[in-house]
Amino acid sequence: MSKALVIYLVAEPETPELARAAVDGGADIVELGIPFSDPLAEGPVIRQASERALARGMRTRPCLDVLARMRELVDVPIVPMTYAAILEAYGYERFAGDAAAAGASSAIIVDLPVEMHPELKRIQLIAPTSTDERIRAAAANTDGWLYVVSLTGTTGAREEVSQRVGALVERSRALAPSGLPLYAGFGVSTPEHARAFAEIADGVVVGSRAVQVAEQGPDALREYVASLRAALDAA
Amino acid sequence: MSTTTTFGAYGGRYVPETLIPALDELEAGWREALADDAFHAELHRLATTYAGRPTPLTLAERFEPGKRIYLKREDLLHTGAHKLNNALGQAVLAQRLGKHRIVAETGAGQHGVATATVCARFGLDCVVYMGEEDMRRQRPNVERMYLLGAEVRGVDFGTRTLKEATSEAIRDWITNVETTHYLIGSCVGPAPYPELVAELQSVIGREAREQVLTAEGRLPEAVIAAVGGGSNAIGVFHGFLDDADVRLVGVEAAGAASLGSGRTAVLHGARSSVLADEDGQIADAHSISAGLDYPGVGPEHAYLRDTGRAEYRAATDEEALDAFRRLARTEGIIPALEPAHALARARDLDAELILVCLSGRGDKDLDEALKALEKLA
Repeated sequence: MSKALVIYLVAEPETPELARAAVDGGADIVELGIPFSDPLAEGPVIRQASERALARGMRTRPCLDVLARMRELVDVPIVPMTYAAILEAYGYERFAGDAAAAGASSAIIVDLPVEMHPELKRIQLIAPTSTDERIRAAAANTDGWLYVVSLTGTTGAREEVSQRVGALVERSRALAPSGLPLYAGFGVSTPEHARAFAEIADGVVVGSRAVQVAEQGPDALREYVASLRAALDAA
Repeated sequence: MSTTTTFGAYGGRYVPETLIPALDELEAGWREALADDAFHAELHRLATTYAGRPTPLTLAERFEPGKRIYLKREDLLHTGAHKLNNALGQAVLAQRLGKHRIVAETGAGQHGVATATVCARFGLDCVVYMGEEDMRRQRPNVERMYLLGAEVRGVDFGTRTLKEATSEAIRDWITNVETTHYLIGSCVGPAPYPELVAELQSVIGREAREQVLTAEGRLPEAVIAAVGGGSNAIGVFHGFLDDADVRLVGVEAAGAASLGSGRTAVLHGARSSVLADEDGQIADAHSISAGLDYPGVGPEHAYLRDTGRAEYRAATDEEALDAFRRLARTEGIIPALEPAHALARARDLDAELILVCLSGRGDKDLDEALKALEKLA
């Protein structure tokens, strides 16, 4: 089965065109980052991109408008990714409703543990530090697929892919309902990384590097995503 | 899994999954320690033989004639501020948890110095994150941390103050969580930190209550303390929570009044009263006092505000500077700029017998305060 490629972009006015380029390059899912001023899980690239977006006025409502314009340009799932602070202010139910109305599929809330706000259907995250009990809870409650955080750390490119992701994916397969897709992310930036992850997981998530390449425009992003796609298809 | 530990609507654990197991482990280790007489005996031994507890109570007769203002002298604690109470307790706890690397954030540098001190004392690796603006205005404390063997990592983005230093310390913890204890400096952050820090600081209130009773034969009418994150205030308040007739008054910096002009929002892992906009984005705080220059506050303070048990007021930079100089000239005590805010409001509080938590000494502030006083003159 073909491995899934998930591309993360920070919401800005230009993002719909960038998302189209990513999908043309072979992305199966686009994560749309709704920026927060104090994003604890982000390394420098996404933190700085978030600061720039906020300086341009990319608050929650304008981000949902960007999402709606993306929906007109691409036909893959669009998953808003953000922090609990945004939903606390906007309202959890209101966010779920407005995001769905704009064309979102599910959501990822980086700092909302599985126990909190169980009514909000979302993609859950697991990490190398997660206990078996927590992986079971995340797998049972997740919406569609499970986000496997490959390392202990923040987002951002690394020289080498995490050596821990294999054990974590294996442990998760044993604990999750059979057939639940496991997509691995954090620290993936090159086609070689993507291919290494694809040999273990059902898909890969690429964030920081995609955000960096996107600064060079849609053509550069399309080419970069295509290089990841080719690596996954060869895996 | 007790991720819902809250103070009313406030508190909780809004952190990435990577940290949740560490918070569970910390909470379990903390409960075990609390139930262990040996832990309490160790803390007591360190407090009395190393830190200099109990700290004295001083009647400030000349500072505000007509009132009886007592100062709880945390400025006389080793390292010069109440921060050591928390750092010592958490260092002992970190060792029980088998963690030999410590990360911390610091604003005024007092918590950084306290953390560097306990790490030197126990032989732990120490990394302190500090905003570059704070490194500039609290230079003596940066030098003390270096001398104590800590690594100080400057944070050069955003406000370059305590908010970003805290975010970077948490990011370090996410990265090194398996070997590292995050020694948070105030009663903020994800559960169980607010409760843990409050308990370790409550020694201030327990001692002060006995000392005021001994000196006056009655309880104070009001207890007043500066509130940034709120740890010295929560520590002294905890001694009087059950004394319904004792007013508890927290004083925020006017430009960083998270309780006075904030809204419910999430910052650094907890839901509390925060300076934030209607979208939940965190706003910048402004204060001459680096220790109060923070847009959030401990969740228990938000709860005490809502229940009416405590009241919160503000003092401007100018009022704090005036009280800073006044205490120096009338009592021969140079306070830190943080408790100078509490001193300013103690003067005009409609109460006669008042306990002020003098949370730290002002050596670190001389440059900044003298420059500011010159401008006012």
